[in-house]
Amino acid sequence: MKALVAMRDWVDERFPMTETWNLHLAKYYAPKNFNFWYYFGSLALMMFVIQIVTGIFLTMNYKPDASLAFASVEYIMRDVDWGWLIRYLHSTGASFFFIVVYLHMFRGLMYGSYKKPRELLWVIGMFIYLALMAEAFMGYLLPWGQMSFWGAQVIISLFGAIPWVGETLALWIRGDFVIADATLNRFFAFHVILVPFILAALVFVHIIALHAVGSNNPDGIEIKKNKDANGIPVDGIPFHPYYSVKDIVGVVFFLMIFSAVVFFLPEMGGWFLEKDNFIPADPLKTPEHIVPLWYFTPFYAILRAVPDKFLGVVAMGGAIVVLFLLPWLDRSKVKSIRYKGLIFKTAVSIFVVSFIMLGWLGTQPATPELTQLARIFSVLYFAFFLLMPIYSVMDKTKPEPDRVTFDAH
Amino acid sequence: MSTEGVDMKRRRMLIGATSAISAVGVGFVAVPFIKSMQPSAKAQAAGAPVEVDISKLEPGQMLTVEWRGKPVWVVYRTEENLKDLPAMDGGLRDPNSEVKSQQPEYAANPARSIKGKEKYAVLVGICTHLGCSPTHVPLGAPNSPTEDWKGGFFCPCHGSRFDLAGRVAQGVPAPTNLVVPPHAYLSDTRLIIGVDQGAA
Repeated sequence: MKALVAMRDWVDERFPMTETWNLHLAKYYAPKNFNFWYYFGSLALMMFVIQIVTGIFLTMNYKPDASLAFASVEYIMRDVDWGWLIRYLHSTGASFFFIVVYLHMFRGLMYGSYKKPRELLWVIGMFIYLALMAEAFMGYLLPWGQMSFWGAQVIISLFGAIPWVGETLALWIRGDFVIADATLNRFFAFHVILVPFILAALVFVHIIALHAVGSNNPDGIEIKKNKDANGIPVDGIPFHPYYSVKDIVGVVFFLMIFSAVVFFLPEMGGWFLEKDNFIPADPLKTPEHIVPLWYFTPFYAILRAVPDKFLGVVAMGGAIVVLFLLPWLDRSKVKSIRYKGLIFKTAVSIFVVSFIMLGWLGTQPATPELTQLARIFSVLYFAFFLLMPIYSVMDKTKPEPDRVTFDAH
Repeated sequence: MSTEGVDMKRRRMLIGATSAISAVGVGFVAVPFIKSMQPSAKAQAAGAPVEVDISKLEPGQMLTVEWRGKPVWVVYRTEENLKDLPAMDGGLRDPNSEVKSQQPEYAANPARSIKGKEKYAVLVGICTHLGCSPTHVPLGAPNSPTEDWKGGFFCPCHGSRFDLAGRVAQGVPAPTNLVVPPHAYLSDTRLIIGVDQGAA
């Protein structure tokens, strides 16, 4: 023990080990009223680690070559010891990562976690979301199935819609006149090195920003306004051990659901692994019905709802850009939905329904009736954001409490 | 640290000049990396012309060949198909093939074919919207996309429609007609794709 203390002191004199531990864990004071919704930040971090670890092991057997890729994935599934498990952890992990991230973002929306002083924290988080979408998209090309190929063909063609430089840009991204070996090879490089590296850096910055401004909470009030004689927020508790232990409960429960899917429903009936992706890529034949994976379909539905190539791409991009602007669109006096009025609650409900409906519509064939429906929900989606500066001011808010709402267990 | 006697103007100028030169340097170093992502010499060479034997093609049939990694369709249009073409003009975005990039000059005509070979349509089978490959839906097929369907191509991805000359319908997401690749006839039954008529 004495030797360990001596060793710690030796390190502390040369590196701020204890100081960092205290700053971010043992003496990081988080509001004591966290609820269910506060699991998803740490779960997202865990999913990131799972994807990195399983990804490293997949690269040991995967071949990023257009003539070998598809077979190498089947080789992993059939001939590599436990390869099926590592691959299913990775493919199911991608979908669960998005589930967790969407819930994490919805938590921020509900409790106003993007509002001052956390605007930058939200924007950094949105960059993480953007990087995650790029990561998922490029990873999906690697199995080199029909959906991989045609999905990438459609998404890269989106860049071609940009006036003047579009076609040159699309050619540069593909590195060939069509999706080809060059595209697969570079997407592998991006998926395995570039984007994970950017993601790790962004996650680091996200946490540093969070710990500087402090965590928001379901009441949306600042615990730093009410400190005791020692300068510790009276409504704050140290992250470790209180929330580290709480989060482990969440991890255990989450892993039970995750494992159930990995072992019993890895394809999720075509939602996590699409049926057409079990057919090798064929550049001469598009599958009857091509759709991206579920986490992109809301934006895909918006793209299809617009009957013009360039404006469709603009609308789809805009649907993501408005999310970045959220901190400046919400002009409400209060942060949390608990103290917001009926107008905001109704608006959030309409937004949730629109987002889910767009997600479903994006998986369906583009019939005239469904396209009409997609147009209505696209308008509602944008209305939620663009009208927010007006209705968030009109909304009748309730007074915020001085202390967080908390029932001792 | 004392800043006494420091010429701040001079310091700012030096910092500015160093930054500007560094930015130029970064710009130059970026060029090889960006250029390395362009199609390689090998990828460009792979665009060699493809010869197609069309002797076995029957009226109404279509065959697909690969050229530059893309599907190229050769459709044998019936007399009826050809008669239907002018009637479609009203519902099309570019009935007279006015967008120059979509076909060689010798195919900018009502049938979008080489003169004397009107019965054959040669088209790059890639939708001008987002690059899916549309499906050939002949006249009278059970799954026709519209009620007065005269035969043509339907893109399952985003619902764009084209007639049997590859001309795009109005009110669909695809902005332009399908591309007619450079092609030429070597004989009555041999077609070459990737070489212009007259240059072969």
